[in-house]
Amino acid sequence: MRRMPNDSTDVIQGTLDMLILKTLSLEPMHGFGIARRVEQISRGVFKVNPGSLLVALQRLERSGWLDAEWRHTENSRRAKFYKLTRAGRKQLDLATADWTRRASAIARLLKAEV
Amino acid sequence: MLRQLVRGLRALIRRSDADRDVEDEVRHYLDEATAAFVADGLSPAAARRAAQLEIGNTTIVREQVRAYGWENLVSTFVSDVRYAARRLRGSPGFTAVAVSTLALGIGASTAIFSAVNPILFQPLPYPHAQRVMMVWDQGVDGSRIDVTFGTYRELAERSRSFDTMAVMKPWQATITGAAQPERLVGQRVSAGYFHALGLPPALGRDFQASEDRAHGPNVVILSDALWRRRFNGDATIVGRDITLNDNLFTVVGVMPAAFENVLAPSAEIWSPLQYDATLPPDGREWGHHLRMVARLRAGAGRGSAAQEMDVIARTPVADFTRMPWASMSRGLIVSALQDDVTRSVKPGLIAILGAVMLVLAIACVNVTNLLLGRGAQRRGEFAMRAALGAGRGRIMIQLLTESLLLAVLGGALGMGLAALGVRALVALSPPGLPRVSAIRLDSAVFAFGFAVSTLVGVAFGLLPAFQASRCDLQAGIQRGSARTAGGHQLTRRTLVIAEVALALVLLVGAGLLLRSLQRLFAVAPGFDPSHVLTMQVEASGHRFDDQRVAHRFFEQALEAVRQVPGVTAAAFVSQLPLSGDFEKYGVHLESSANTSPNEDQSVLRYAVSAGYFDAMGIPLRRGRLLDARDDAEGPVAVLVDESFAKRRFAGVDPIGQRLHLGRTDLPWYTVAGVVGNVKHTSLALTQSDAVYVPASRWYSADRTRSLVVRSSIAASGPGSSSALAAQVRHAIWSVDKDQPIARVTTMEDLVAASGAERRFALILFEAFALAALALAAIGIYGVLAGSVSERIREIGVRTALGASRADILSMVMRQGMSLTVAGALIGITGAMATSGALATLLFGVSRVDPATYLAVLALLAGVSGIACAIPAWRAARIDPAITLRAE
Repeated sequence: MRRMPNDSTDVIQGTLDMLILKTLSLEPMHGFGIARRVEQISRGVFKVNPGSLLVALQRLERSGWLDAEWRHTENSRRAKFYKLTRAGRKQLDLATADWTRRASAIARLLKAEV
Repeated sequence: MLRQLVRGLRALIRRSDADRDVEDEVRHYLDEATAAFVADGLSPAAARRAAQLEIGNTTIVREQVRAYGWENLVSTFVSDVRYAARRLRGSPGFTAVAVSTLALGIGASTAIFSAVNPILFQPLPYPHAQRVMMVWDQGVDGSRIDVTFGTYRELAERSRSFDTMAVMKPWQATITGAAQPERLVGQRVSAGYFHALGLPPALGRDFQASEDRAHGPNVVILSDALWRRRFNGDATIVGRDITLNDNLFTVVGVMPAAFENVLAPSAEIWSPLQYDATLPPDGREWGHHLRMVARLRAGAGRGSAAQEMDVIARTPVADFTRMPWASMSRGLIVSALQDDVTRSVKPGLIAILGAVMLVLAIACVNVTNLLLGRGAQRRGEFAMRAALGAGRGRIMIQLLTESLLLAVLGGALGMGLAALGVRALVALSPPGLPRVSAIRLDSAVFAFGFAVSTLVGVAFGLLPAFQASRCDLQAGIQRGSARTAGGHQLTRRTLVIAEVALALVLLVGAGLLLRSLQRLFAVAPGFDPSHVLTMQVEASGHRFDDQRVAHRFFEQALEAVRQVPGVTAAAFVSQLPLSGDFEKYGVHLESSANTSPNEDQSVLRYAVSAGYFDAMGIPLRRGRLLDARDDAEGPVAVLVDESFAKRRFAGVDPIGQRLHLGRTDLPWYTVAGVVGNVKHTSLALTQSDAVYVPASRWYSADRTRSLVVRSSIAASGPGSSSALAAQVRHAIWSVDKDQPIARVTTMEDLVAASGAERRFALILFEAFALAALALAAIGIYGVLAGSVSERIREIGVRTALGASRADILSMVMRQGMSLTVAGALIGITGAMATSGALATLLFGVSRVDPATYLAVLALLAGVSGIACAIPAWRAARIDPAITLRAE
């Protein structure tokens, strides 16, 4: 039985793009797959709002970081699969480096306070 | 960026595909989520519900995804435009009035801008045009006077502020050869002329300094137009000889087609000045007859150059002698070439530009008023949209879109009007207007028209949009049966008052100009211009170097002309009044102890044949006229005009007085009579003193003379005058067929032309003022009609309670006329404050001329009375029974 963990939070503002890019760096995926993967890997800490996710995908695709392709599912419906582009990979590296820098800075600050 | 654009465009063009994609993606998401829940063990139905719960409202998700991207703004805008277009189509009457009002305003202002832009705002078509300066000697009254060659030489040697200085004078040359002889307008210029302007010839070379010396080689540079017309654009012309005035001149260059000569727009041929560098004291080298143009050195400013010129003027040096009349004692004037050529027309053009801006403002106010009136009718619609969730901003944007659409339509139509207007402007333009050839609809003008349209659209749309968006929801929807006239009437009335005030300012301007022109043409020119034909005749060629041959030619020509049927008198004169000819000499009276006559070049000299006064109709005041006796040997008899007699022989009988004109080394001239004053330069200018000398006795024969022919045939009609002109021309050519004839016109046309600048301004002001008056009347009518239809019920009640038709009529009339009176009061104040802008165009009328103001007020009262009467009459005919039943 699948449950919503009570302590799940919305994705931190501004990190959704990075999480999507990271998720897609492993393999091409459709929207729900991305949401699911983010939740799974974060062990249910992050919950992705479908609306925000789809808008973000649209935005990333427009920015040239994602490519999209339509595939047909077994029940002959159309599914949109996203994959990372070269520019997207570069962007992911940038975002990761940036995030790491910030996170470690915050961690140091918090440590210093203790 | 590109990707954004391409994707956006694709989404925009294939809207339904994009919609389907979003829908499919959302549905797929839902499917996958359901499948996941099923995999977790839920029943399909429960899984579906859980998935639905997780994703929320799919419509909202779809909308969120769809709303992303710039193309959505565009599509909102497109739908706004579409809606606006539908609304405008829905009320064709309103749209037609608004669009044509705007087209009038935008078209008129764009046309005027196209004329004013090259003259006042665009730099002249020369490289670094702001560095090109004019340098003038200064007269007693601070006026600009031409420099002498001596002054030019000294300045060119001593000054350090200028790269190049050059002097020029007009030149007329008759070209002969394979084709018909043709009289060409040209310039004699010092070698640096084209260098000072910054444009070298396109073909061949510029003049060299070595060519600009006394008895230098005969060389010419041609204009592109002349080269194409006369030599079929043959490039081998450079180096070839052409015949000008019987002399061979070598063509050394051809100017580029783009060369615009603002200093002499009609000049087509240039030759070096070739003055004597040794500066003989009694030569033309010391005559004030050259204009000087100079190019500032890079980095030098006008101010510093003017200072340097003043220093040079104040400190004569031994190397450069100065004649007493060219001592530069009053300093020099340095002004930018652009300011210089536009100086005389600038105030008039600014006034016209101001006037057209007023028209544009009135057009805007009028359309604002129309929109406000429509906004009042559409209040229900806005309230409904607001109730359905449209934000205030959305309604405002929607309304602004409507007004912008109106403005764009008006602008497009206005551009068409401007194209016509520009053609009319060029056709009407007075002869003194510089750079007429540069007046056209170019990109700058289109940019101006577009900017004005947009600005105007926002300007007149903002107020109604703001007011509509502010409207109270409930009141708006309930307003099926409004009982009170809304507060928006106050805004509309204020706008109408503004309109009336602006229109009055224009009317006063037009009125003052009209009075000026009437006064101007009431000025007696001093001769009788009716039935007088005139043309310029030249004795061209070396055989006329002998003065007696030249005289004989003119004598014979006169004889031949007198034989033409209908000719009652004919004569020659060296310079024709009001024709632009201008020649002054210094005078020396025997009775005065004055030293040199040349110090004061203030007297017009006319060398005339004996019948001149009869032909022109100039009255004799005292003494006798010139006749055949005066052509013989003996003391030379001359005539002076009244102004001369009064100013120079104050209290003395002028008859028998003796004087020298120009040269002092000749026998005295004796005054034999006094004739009436003749306006020479312009009807508007005060009188100059004049001396009339028999042409046969003047010390050098004038080779170019104006023939004056008085006929019994009405010469005013172009047909009869040209028939007569053809006969006269034929008569002259029967004496010598090689002599060029130019400037064929009538004295009446010359008189009319002397008012051309004022007439130009007047025509424009009249047109603008009438347009403004009509717009203001429409404004008054619109507000009153709106107010009457809103107050139908109130008026019905009044009538039911016993108000008579006359009461209702006077009530509405009072309401309307109070707007006129308020507007008129403000307008009069405004007109008094701004009429100073017209000062240079006025003549013989004060800018606060009471008669003009009264006439204008009467006109305004009449027109606005009519505009008020129509709604008032309608109000008075309201049947109370019908309006009350309608409640």
